[in-house]
Amino acid sequence: MPKQFTPKVVTANHLLEGDVIYQTATGWTRRLSEAELLTDEADADLRLIDALQQTDAVVGAYLADVKVVNNALEPTHFREEFRTTGPSNYAHGKQVDLH
Amino acid sequence: MYTYSGFDKAFLAQRNTQFRSQVERRISGALTEDEFKPLRLMNGLYLQLHAYMLRVAIPYGTLNSAKMNKLADIADKWDKGYGHFTTRQNIQFNWPKLGDVPDMLDALAEVGMHAIQTSGNTIRNVTADHFAGAAADEIADPRPVAELLRQWSTDHPEFQFMPRKFKIAITGSPNDRAVTRAHDIGLRMLERDGTRGFEVIVGGGLGRTPMIGKVIHDFLPEADLLPYLEAIVSVWNQIGRRDNKYKARIKITVHEHGIDEIRSFVNARFEQTRATFSGVDQNMLREIETQFAPPSFKTASDAPFNEAYHNDPMFRSWADTNLTAHQAPRYKIVSISLKKHGETPGDASAAQMRVLAELARDYGHDELRISHEQNVILPHVHMSDLPALHARLRSANLATANIGLISDIIACPGMDYCALATARSIPIAQQIANRFDDLKREQDIGQLKIKISGCINACGHHHVGHIGILGLDRAGVESYQITLGGDHTETAAVGERAGPGFSADEIIPAIERIIEAYLELRSARDETFLETYQRTGLAPFKAALYPQAKAVAAE
Repeated sequence: MPKQFTPKVVTANHLLEGDVIYQTATGWTRRLSEAELLTDEADADLRLIDALQQTDAVVGAYLADVKVVNNALEPTHFREEFRTTGPSNYAHGKQVDLH
Repeated sequence: MYTYSGFDKAFLAQRNTQFRSQVERRISGALTEDEFKPLRLMNGLYLQLHAYMLRVAIPYGTLNSAKMNKLADIADKWDKGYGHFTTRQNIQFNWPKLGDVPDMLDALAEVGMHAIQTSGNTIRNVTADHFAGAAADEIADPRPVAELLRQWSTDHPEFQFMPRKFKIAITGSPNDRAVTRAHDIGLRMLERDGTRGFEVIVGGGLGRTPMIGKVIHDFLPEADLLPYLEAIVSVWNQIGRRDNKYKARIKITVHEHGIDEIRSFVNARFEQTRATFSGVDQNMLREIETQFAPPSFKTASDAPFNEAYHNDPMFRSWADTNLTAHQAPRYKIVSISLKKHGETPGDASAAQMRVLAELARDYGHDELRISHEQNVILPHVHMSDLPALHARLRSANLATANIGLISDIIACPGMDYCALATARSIPIAQQIANRFDDLKREQDIGQLKIKISGCINACGHHHVGHIGILGLDRAGVESYQITLGGDHTETAAVGERAGPGFSADEIIPAIERIIEAYLELRSARDETFLETYQRTGLAPFKAALYPQAKAVAAE
């Protein structure tokens, strides 16, 4: 039996800044909370193809698993969780840049 | 120290101009990422988890104050005010912007530095004993040979598209501080009947398949070094496994063919390569050697040292831990710890880099080294200057007296930065250091090497740590596997896996149980952890690590 599709977002790194970005319905955002939630597999594949074609703006686009908790998007894996915050040894990256 | 020739400067300027144009074309969209990636990697530029990372080569770990100050300026101007010194004696900047990197490379070129071949399937930065040119046990300074290797391997046309990366380490001392047995090629300088030569070790490496290197030549005359190394790399370049990334390193080639067959291939190729070397390389080596002449050592009384040693317990503790015997009378090699408890191993702020540069100029004949253990070395300091040096280190938060102790931990950047990592390394290192500092047991525990890697690629050298820690992703949770009994020296050994891994919460208590077991097991206070382990084997440590298993077995 095929594996059931789990909710996803398209994520990548910004070409110039190198930081983590997420695809929205109309462009890109630095906040996971503003990402476009993809619950349909065919739709997710199309959105990823769209992202992969934007080679002059983003690098390394892929689909990352998310879950919806209290109407908010949260990563399901610790690697993705670190990508939403930044390193744990200094207050650098998103944990300060987005506040 | 080697100073760039006109040829070096012109080559670097040309490469930097090329890369500036490549970056411009990437930004304009003329180059795709697939086209650009190999070009940026050739120039040391990675894309990590949160940002780009620029890895700058510090050839054989040698710097002077001008270079260190430039690294500080770069950290301030284009990064976040710090740099990370690595196990390959390089420095990494974790936050550059793509558009700034060409300017960073131009700034590096002003002091004769670059990021070429710090990535990609090329011969990487040649590493060396960090006490080179100073150590009391040294046959000769290996750095002139390392510089010759740098010149030979940089942009070598035959070796730009190899099966995989290739790392060379060299030592001039019988006590191996350069981990030569865990490199693709390790070179150990020897002297026989007044003639200098090398024991050539091949096929060592860590990573997913750790191997201790094998001796391919027990005494290679110095004059044959370049043609012989060219023969080794050339043989591997032809028969190395390009079909499988994980089997591409020379350690697998040596393992699959056997050292005797590889030796015969190399000897056959050596006949050809030797004929192409006219001896000009040896003339160049003689010229390079003049640039590594020892400094003019001063003569002075060591009374200030003795006075401080007897009257200042902080100084005494630091002197007992962080100084090493020097070849010149009344000189010491000073290891400056970048492992202050709770800090990130190997990190130095721009302000600290400037202090280190100033101290090197004021007390250290303008020389600095970066060790593969992620510390900074002042190789030549007269004993009379040590009290003043120590006072200035203290005010810069650089006087931690822990070299070789449990908190002097190697840790790779792990999943705090690295895109390849499977778990974090830095917080584990910070917690271990803080825990044993709180217990005030570091001095009692004595010489102990903990080495942590955040993935199987083993940048943190965990296989050769007395205690090795490997961070893995186990079903979506960070998990840490322990190896025991590794050895990075001339008696190199790969550690034994102790058993099932531990969660992030469990790993610090697990390390404590190993240490408690050691303190109980050691036959005398001066029996080191590794000696105890070699005497008792894994069993008593395993019993301490997994008390439940012991209880179950007893039922």
